[in-house]
Amino acid sequence: MSAPQLRHVGLNLRGSDLIEPSEAAIGIYGFWIFLMSDAVLFALLFAIYGTQLSATAGAPGPQAEFKIGPAFIETLLLLTSSLTFGLASIAMKYDRTRTGLVVLLCFTLVLGLAFLGFELNDFQTMFANGATPDRSGFLSAFFALVPTHGLHVTAGCIWIAVMLVQIGVFGLDDRVKLNLLRLGLFWHFLDIIWIGIFSVVYLQGILR
Amino acid sequence: MPNTVESPPSKGASPALRSASLARIAPVLVVATLLPLGGCGVLDHGMLGAAGPVADQTRHLFFIVCGILLFVVGPVLLLTPLFAWHYRLSNTKSAYRPQWGFNWPLEGLIWIPPILIVVLLAVFLWRDTHRLDPYKPLASALPPTEVQAVALDWKWLFIYPEEGVASVNELVFPADRPVHISLTSGTVMQSFFIPKLAGQIYAMAGMTTQMNLAAGAPGTFRGENTQFNGMGFQNQKFQVRAEPATDYRAWLARAKTDGRTLDMPAYKALSVRSVQAEPSRYGAVTPDLFKAIIALDDAGAHAAHKEAKQ
Amino acid sequence: MSGDELWYWLFGRLDAKALPFVRAYDHPVLSEFIGAGAGAMVVIGAVGVVALLTYMRWWRPLFLDWLTSLDHKKIGVMYVVIAGVMLTRALIEAVLMRTQQSLAINAPGIVAPEHFAQLFSTHGTIMIFFMAMPFLTGLINYVVPLQIGARDVAFPLLNSISLMLTAGGAGLVMISLAIGEFSTGGWSGYPPYTGKAFQPGVGPDYWIWAVTLTSLGTTFSGLNFAATIYKKRCPGMHLMRMPLFSWTALCTSILMIFAMPPLTLATALLALDRYADFHFFTNDLGGNMMNYVNLFWLFGHPEVYIIVLPAFGVYSEVISAFSSKELYGYTSLVLATMAIGVLSFTVWLHHFFTMGQSANINAVFGIATMTIGIPTGVKVYDWIWTMFRGEVRFTTQMLFSLAFIVTFVLGGFSGILLAVPPIDYVVHNTVFLVAHFHNVIIPGTLFGMIAGYQYWFPKAFGFRLVEGWGKISFVCWVVGFYLAFMPLYVLGLGGMARRSQALFEPDYRPWLIVAVVGAFLLLTALATLFVQLVVSVRERERNRVPVGDPWDARSLEWSVSAPPPEYNFATIPQVGRRDAFYWRKAARGAYKPADHYRDITVPKNSWVGPFVGLGGAACGFGLVWHIWWMTILGFAGVWITVVVRSFVRDTHRVIPAAEVEATDRRWLDQAASAHPIPRRLEESPENFGLAEPFPAPVPA
Repeated sequence: MSAPQLRHVGLNLRGSDLIEPSEAAIGIYGFWIFLMSDAVLFALLFAIYGTQLSATAGAPGPQAEFKIGPAFIETLLLLTSSLTFGLASIAMKYDRTRTGLVVLLCFTLVLGLAFLGFELNDFQTMFANGATPDRSGFLSAFFALVPTHGLHVTAGCIWIAVMLVQIGVFGLDDRVKLNLLRLGLFWHFLDIIWIGIFSVVYLQGILR
Repeated sequence: MPNTVESPPSKGASPALRSASLARIAPVLVVATLLPLGGCGVLDHGMLGAAGPVADQTRHLFFIVCGILLFVVGPVLLLTPLFAWHYRLSNTKSAYRPQWGFNWPLEGLIWIPPILIVVLLAVFLWRDTHRLDPYKPLASALPPTEVQAVALDWKWLFIYPEEGVASVNELVFPADRPVHISLTSGTVMQSFFIPKLAGQIYAMAGMTTQMNLAAGAPGTFRGENTQFNGMGFQNQKFQVRAEPATDYRAWLARAKTDGRTLDMPAYKALSVRSVQAEPSRYGAVTPDLFKAIIALDDAGAHAAHKEAKQ
Repeated sequence: MSGDELWYWLFGRLDAKALPFVRAYDHPVLSEFIGAGAGAMVVIGAVGVVALLTYMRWWRPLFLDWLTSLDHKKIGVMYVVIAGVMLTRALIEAVLMRTQQSLAINAPGIVAPEHFAQLFSTHGTIMIFFMAMPFLTGLINYVVPLQIGARDVAFPLLNSISLMLTAGGAGLVMISLAIGEFSTGGWSGYPPYTGKAFQPGVGPDYWIWAVTLTSLGTTFSGLNFAATIYKKRCPGMHLMRMPLFSWTALCTSILMIFAMPPLTLATALLALDRYADFHFFTNDLGGNMMNYVNLFWLFGHPEVYIIVLPAFGVYSEVISAFSSKELYGYTSLVLATMAIGVLSFTVWLHHFFTMGQSANINAVFGIATMTIGIPTGVKVYDWIWTMFRGEVRFTTQMLFSLAFIVTFVLGGFSGILLAVPPIDYVVHNTVFLVAHFHNVIIPGTLFGMIAGYQYWFPKAFGFRLVEGWGKISFVCWVVGFYLAFMPLYVLGLGGMARRSQALFEPDYRPWLIVAVVGAFLLLTALATLFVQLVVSVRERERNRVPVGDPWDARSLEWSVSAPPPEYNFATIPQVGRRDAFYWRKAARGAYKPADHYRDITVPKNSWVGPFVGLGGAACGFGLVWHIWWMTILGFAGVWITVVVRSFVRDTHRVIPAAEVEATDRRWLDQAASAHPIPRRLEESPENFGLAEPFPAPVPA
């Protein structure tokens, strides 16, 4: 509680004028709580997936449908995007020209979209093989868990796009900075969820 | 009623309290007025009118737990009105310590007895949950009667696999031995309950649950589904008869004279949503029909839609 | 495009049969007339409100002063208004159900099975999601920032969005009376009965979307209040100095954050089953309804404590204030509250002991359930010992609190009985269970909410509620409760299944008649509560308490004027110990001007909340009736509103220091000229909101 830079969670908003560090801390804190709630949602989706693993009801199961290749590429894409977002956060703090920030955010956005592209392609392949959610409890659970993450990534991509526009309109004012900090938390959170999906859904499904 | 507001509060407090205590004794008054009406006959329809060993032991446990709980509830029911009345504003003789808010011995008195009571209750709970586990076979010299129950909308189907007969809305068994019931559902989840004999267990589609019960003596009881399952729910009662062994044999023989066979098509016809007022019987049952019903993998839509067409 | 296709495109599966009036015309039976009457009441009520607003020219103030307001106090009041409206409807439904049961012993009665099933489903759904939840959220909204010395909640806009989402959900439930039908699957909506195979109609869809909207709103409320309480306390307000109500609000908020996602997920997955042919809870293709039951009660049991704990907080405040005494065992009460919060997540399985799991599992969950009885019992004794060596005043709030203690303990009694699995087997799903949960929730929530409403009303509106009608209402509530629910214990032990539209056992009759008399008395109780409000508004001049401390209470919310200014505190208070205001009064330090006043920044009003609520409700309504354009419009509307809002920079306005100072000095003058009144006169018109120190406390 002593040094001002330790006052609040997340990155220090150096040079923010209007917003008090304590105010910013509340904004970030609230978002942490939201993520906690969201994490409960994912935890339950994982749990349901676990209980439905054997409920294939004659429809294609994990071994037939999951491909390690695309899943690995998706993992690389998302992890890299997390790195670029981290670099963007650092750029926000130190780069006064904002170019670095914008470029890195664009990178993150492209990587996020590429991830979504691969994921949609996976789903399309599964659909083509007749692995649709109306076939079995297992496929239902899969198509609830993984696309929920995908929807979150989509929301994150839209959010990045909105933030890019806001950087253009407002520059780096305190609310833009605050929202970028929240967006960063959100993006890294999705990364963690994906690691869960990759291990629990894909690796476990293929190795079993 | 605004007059109450103006009346001196020193006086105004007492009628209010009187009404509060009146409110508290109201249930007693109600019960007192109802007793002459013979209202207590109702208790005989449930576990308190136990007619079998399971319900009997449950009743015993019920009274034990009630007895222990009196030690929790009693002091509260006593102290609340006592303190409230004694320390009323208008009583100038009572002590007043506005800054008194903590006392170690009292804390002990508040925390420790409830903990001890819960520990005591936990002992009974653990013992009797295992003793009265519906899956646990009942002790008996004779092997139990096997019955397979299928919950349907809005009736119960009972299959006697060893005898090859089936009945609808009528559960008959010999009183001299226990019954082992395997349950499943041909529709939504339901709860199988014979209040005077034993507790409940759910019946769910694609799954089996089990229950053991017995009657202490021959008698007729009411069975029901207690889990709401649609418009015929309130009518889904069935008759339970524990009969002397000879009468049971006679009933089986009568059932076998029924010309109908319960096979899958007959089951499908039976499972259509309907209320059946009178019990009926099937003289023959395809072997392993119960297993086939569990394996049906049926959304239940056929039942719902057939009803809609009628 | 054919006419039918065009119709479907525009109105989905909506048709003339959806209107209860048409159904009543087609089948002229009493049950349908009751349905049509209820639908007509909604329509007439809506038209009446619109006409009144137009006639009184209240539209502008309604929108500009209330619906778009981000002031936590106004949002709190609006929550309570929603609760009042919904309580009225659900209580009427309860009376109708009990009437039906008392008539339908070997007779058809007045309400058809289909209609009866909708009654118990809406009654339960409304009482939990649209009565208890808005009521407690309203009280928390109003009181907590004032109690912890904050000017507002952490996220005022999110607060408004939460309110409007809840309002949207409540709106859907009300619309279902006039258009279509409601679910017949009870408040817990167990599949597969609520699945497409068994209920293809719109009923379960109304339930799903109404519950989903309020579930999301509640998650945001929990987030908001946790952040508020953790981060917005005034200097010196350590956690262990917070009033008990704020503690229970904190615990409830934490429970909301963790317990609402399972509900959201349960309804969402059920929706996927119904709309997209998924197989989570179906009978076929690997669906498993036990997952739903677990998800639902993973929410459902913490939910019990979400709605009970704030009432415990109210009782703690009320019993301390009206015993003229410090709360006994503050630390114990805090520990007990948090213990209940944690334990509430460990007991959900006791809602389905009868599902066939092993005796070990049942026993563990049974013992866990009884363990909750320990902190709860501690709380009860703490309240009793708070009265010890106090000076107890029997105001309406205090009477409700006393009735709560006595009644709630009986509910706890039956609760422990139900926690014992073998006993649960024989009373589960009977009206014994119904009696039990009403016996804990009515005293444990509703009485607390009413007590809180009576307690803080003078703070919110500047005048007291009249005591006479309050006490009449109290007697009706308590006597009505005992008459309505004690017979159900007996009937439940007699094996009467809950949710029965008709009965076949003549022995049930006398008890059902007592129960219906009780139900009518409860309706009378609600009516007298409204009479009390009307009479109080009429006589408000006599009962004004502008100085703001009518009860000689102890926490910070009483240290400001009644009603408080928009910014709550002219200067943010400093707190040195628990019961801050009491000690300030004791040190003659209350009602003093600030050294200097500063400009205060408050959030500007915003239309985002109403738009999000409306969009959410439109999306829900479109989904119910398969009106896809409306669904897309509503959904897009919500997100576009949020994105557009993120581009708005002009979100605050400044109240100049001079204005703050003038307001504060006006109030201080009132306080200086007021006559301090002793406690025995607090119910008289002389009570101007300035309490005479009673008796002069000794500063410690």
